[in-house]
Amino acid sequence: MSGLNEPFQTLARQRGAAELGIWIFLASELVFFGGLFTGYSVYRFLYPDGFLAAGAETNLIIGTANTAILLTSSATMAVAVWAGREGLRRHVLWGLCLTSLLGAGFMVLKAVEYAEDIRKSLVPGAGFALPERGAEIFFSFYWIMTAIHAVHLTIGVAAVSLAAWRLWRGRVDWRGTAFLHVLGLYWHLIDLIWIFLFPLLYLLGRGG
Amino acid sequence: MSGAFWSRAGAHAESFDRLFAVLTGFSVLILLLVAGLIIGFSIRFRSGSKVTRHKVSRLVHREIEIGWIAATAIVALFFFWWTTSANLQQAGAPADAMEIHIEAKQWMWKASHPDGTRELSTLHVPAGRPVALYLNSQDVIHSFFVPAFRLKQDVVPGRTATMWFEADKPGTYPLLCAEYCGTGHSKMLGEIVVMEPGDFAAWLDSRPEGAGLIAAGRALFTSAGCSGCHAAGSAVHAPELAGLYGRQVPLADGRVVTADAAYIQDSILLPRRDIVAGYAPIMPDFADLLDEEEVAALVAYIRSLKGDTP
Amino acid sequence: MTDAAHPGTPDHGYSLPPSYLGAGTTLRSWLLTTDHKRIGLLYLASITVFFLIGGIAAAVMRTELMTPTGDLVSADTYNRLFTLHGVIMVWFFLIPAVPTTLGNFILPMAIGARDVAFPRLNLLSWYLNIAGGTLALVALLLGGVDTGWTFYTPYSTLYSNSYVTLAAAGVFVAGFSSIATGLNFIVTVHTQRTKGMTWMRLPLFVWSIYATSIILVLATPALAIVLAMIVGERVFDLGLFDPTRGGDPILFQHIFWFYSHPAVYIMILPGMGVVTEVLTCFSRRKVFGYEAMVFAILGIAIFGFFVWGHHMFVSGQSTFASLIFSLLSFVIAVPSAIKVFNWSATLYGGHITFEASMLYALGFVGLFTMGGLTGLFLASVPVDVHVTDTYFIVAHFHYIMVGGMVSAFFAGLHFWWPKITGRMYSEGFARAAALLMFVGFNVTFFPQFILGFMGMPRRYWSYPPEFQILNLMSSFGAMILALAYALPFVYFALSLWRGRMAGDNPWRATGLEWATASPPPRENFAEPPVVDSAPYDYHPAHAEPTEREDARDREDQDDRPEDPR
Repeated sequence: MSGLNEPFQTLARQRGAAELGIWIFLASELVFFGGLFTGYSVYRFLYPDGFLAAGAETNLIIGTANTAILLTSSATMAVAVWAGREGLRRHVLWGLCLTSLLGAGFMVLKAVEYAEDIRKSLVPGAGFALPERGAEIFFSFYWIMTAIHAVHLTIGVAAVSLAAWRLWRGRVDWRGTAFLHVLGLYWHLIDLIWIFLFPLLYLLGRGG
Repeated sequence: MSGAFWSRAGAHAESFDRLFAVLTGFSVLILLLVAGLIIGFSIRFRSGSKVTRHKVSRLVHREIEIGWIAATAIVALFFFWWTTSANLQQAGAPADAMEIHIEAKQWMWKASHPDGTRELSTLHVPAGRPVALYLNSQDVIHSFFVPAFRLKQDVVPGRTATMWFEADKPGTYPLLCAEYCGTGHSKMLGEIVVMEPGDFAAWLDSRPEGAGLIAAGRALFTSAGCSGCHAAGSAVHAPELAGLYGRQVPLADGRVVTADAAYIQDSILLPRRDIVAGYAPIMPDFADLLDEEEVAALVAYIRSLKGDTP
Repeated sequence: MTDAAHPGTPDHGYSLPPSYLGAGTTLRSWLLTTDHKRIGLLYLASITVFFLIGGIAAAVMRTELMTPTGDLVSADTYNRLFTLHGVIMVWFFLIPAVPTTLGNFILPMAIGARDVAFPRLNLLSWYLNIAGGTLALVALLLGGVDTGWTFYTPYSTLYSNSYVTLAAAGVFVAGFSSIATGLNFIVTVHTQRTKGMTWMRLPLFVWSIYATSIILVLATPALAIVLAMIVGERVFDLGLFDPTRGGDPILFQHIFWFYSHPAVYIMILPGMGVVTEVLTCFSRRKVFGYEAMVFAILGIAIFGFFVWGHHMFVSGQSTFASLIFSLLSFVIAVPSAIKVFNWSATLYGGHITFEASMLYALGFVGLFTMGGLTGLFLASVPVDVHVTDTYFIVAHFHYIMVGGMVSAFFAGLHFWWPKITGRMYSEGFARAAALLMFVGFNVTFFPQFILGFMGMPRRYWSYPPEFQILNLMSSFGAMILALAYALPFVYFALSLWRGRMAGDNPWRATGLEWATASPPPRENFAEPPVVDSAPYDYHPAHAEPTEREDARDREDQDDRPEDPR
């Protein structure tokens, strides 16, 4: 089982290429979310009161719990990557499984939160609950930002689970290639995006 | 549609035509230069021609390169400076400009004059007097385009656009919508009728609309509840509106803005955005209560309130 | 043991593996290929289909515009036609055209590589591209989209009753293809260069694709997110751009143009690269000012990100913002001008021959110069105010896109056709098509500058009668242009079975892609080539160049047994 693919001659060079590739991908992801953050900032500036009022309506408890979960998952992911470098197969497997479970846990909590948001009529459109001007825009951003993040996380959970399975069946050269490193970087990006989303969507409007 | 498209009227058009002519001349020059170089070299150095081909030393190479980088940079900056100063000279409308409100909707233009006279898809204005337009859209983005004036302004829903012009000679000039706005985009046409001031006054008098925009605004000022807070002697601490128009207004966040029509309109529709220094943000939001014509009437009324009258 | 720079020349008498075309002829061997050359051809096939569809829409529009009253199609149909034309041509022809066809085919060979860094990702890009294109075409078949390719809000979100969501989804999917392609090329250039191929020895074609890839990777996500927001508004009733709920339609324009202005450079930069290869080859000259050309490419790529506001001078953005964007737009004219002057200077002292691809390249320089110069008009605020959103703009960007980019694409296609297929096409027909295209293009689009100056707005289904003569001229030119585009199909097709064998290097060009067989073997090179000289090594540095015949002799004597490291 050699992880060397066309057109590479050496594993080291292939590893370098894969790492460069994922960093470029992450840069493009930042521009993608950057569009949302720009829009958020513009409206936050236009409607400070509406944003404050709306920000107080999100579920702080679930948001905080989810932040903790994702941070922990980043740690377990880092363990998996570290163990991969050291060649500790069992640790890698454990790390990946925990990461994927934590990611799934996040999604479950998020689903509970979405259900509650819908019950509280926090969905933009006719019948939106909050009267303040700008509150609806805040929730437009809330939904689109968390939804896109959730899509990324779903892909992440699937990728990590698949990786764990392939590793368990011995179908991947996790020692020689950048396989784990690339996966880890993607996971950390999802975490990083959430670290930005959390204050924008949950902590806003809770001061004082 | 009457009136030639390439006719021109007004100071903007004159300065535009001058800029355009110079840019065209410059472009033709550069184009001839490049074409000359390419065709000249192609003929002179065609394969098989016996002309001697001199070596180009590294130093000359570099000198030529630096030379035209510098030249193009200087030309670019010159054109920036020149066109920009032309632009800045015409940035703001003169203080004595006559104000007209324009409503754009799929697929027509509606104009209201200061005295309340309204017209559809036609705009009568006097020659030789600056006219400031305040434009709003009820649906999608339109663009108010008068080729003869060499002017164009997008009209974006949710905000008031401003532009001004001064037509120097009477005539009829086509008005077009220049921003794609749906099925009837190419039929969203109109005309600007520029009249001698005397004729214009006569035309205005002949129009049936009597009440006038200001009168409508005065009535609304009471009926919509503005007077409850903003009338002199009201118990509520709200900014005084008399003489407001054109004044510098200090805001709570430290900025100072000029109270023009766009500011007044925004203050009615988005009261939380620009809070006047020293006042609490208590004004309710009228965006859902007033339609655009009512807002235009209110703005016209507030503008008409002179400083010393209550 | 052997000449590594010229493997596979039959005269040398050693055998090569079969060409990439012979590596399997089943449909499966094409659709599941990871060979960058085959993927390049898959793209060539798909963009040709899209080009025809977009072209047919244009033809119907030009026919409709022959009379001032809209009497051929209804206003709604016309609006759908120009939207279709824009969407298909921009995202499914112009943006992928050079990078994914010629870039895919030539770039790995030009740096001496066996393939791109991620061959499977490369294939995935193509599938994403046709998936996106298919979605857009389904939107067309169901009844079309009438927003214009710019999808301006709130028209696209609140007022349009057409298949906006589907079309936006199609462009969104194609965006992934762009990002994947860009990523692949960047990593390829970083990691797959052969021994001796230093950065400053890269052919300018490679540099231009590299710079383009950076834009693809960093600009496309902005388009993706803004399209996602539009879909969110239409499907989930979000209020992001709805003015009645406090949303700001101008925000859409900012994000959209943050992508779409750099996208202009995605389209034109690869063309610039192609033209440099062609001009140097047929004038037997080193390119004038290689370093300046590299920095001009990178400068355009970087500055291209900071000029988007010049699309919005009349949108009501602040005067101050307009001035900054105006200044930056003037500044970006400088690197473009440098390139034009350097191309002209490259011809100096050459031994110039006028093959079809050279004619296209020379035409490119002229038409691009016109497009660039009219760009100065649009960079100056007071001039832009009058001509923006008129036919002046339409003419301007067609000069850049069609006159520039499409000419360059044809220049490259003619230049590398012998390498791709191993066959020569009819030079006479090709030259005729090149001249016809130049004439037809100018007759079509030059009148539109005048129309715009006179004040005819774009996207008009019917127009005031005083514009008819110029519109007739334009439509007449479009017929010539259509004929000129049809010709290459004929002689390229004929060349496939009637064409003379091309040999490895019919143009006696430098560049590693010419140092292998035509068509190349699956692995590109028998063994990795080694580079020991600057690109465009047509004559010794700072000595006078020599004619092609001489060059041929020289090359034969010069068949130096390369020291393989």
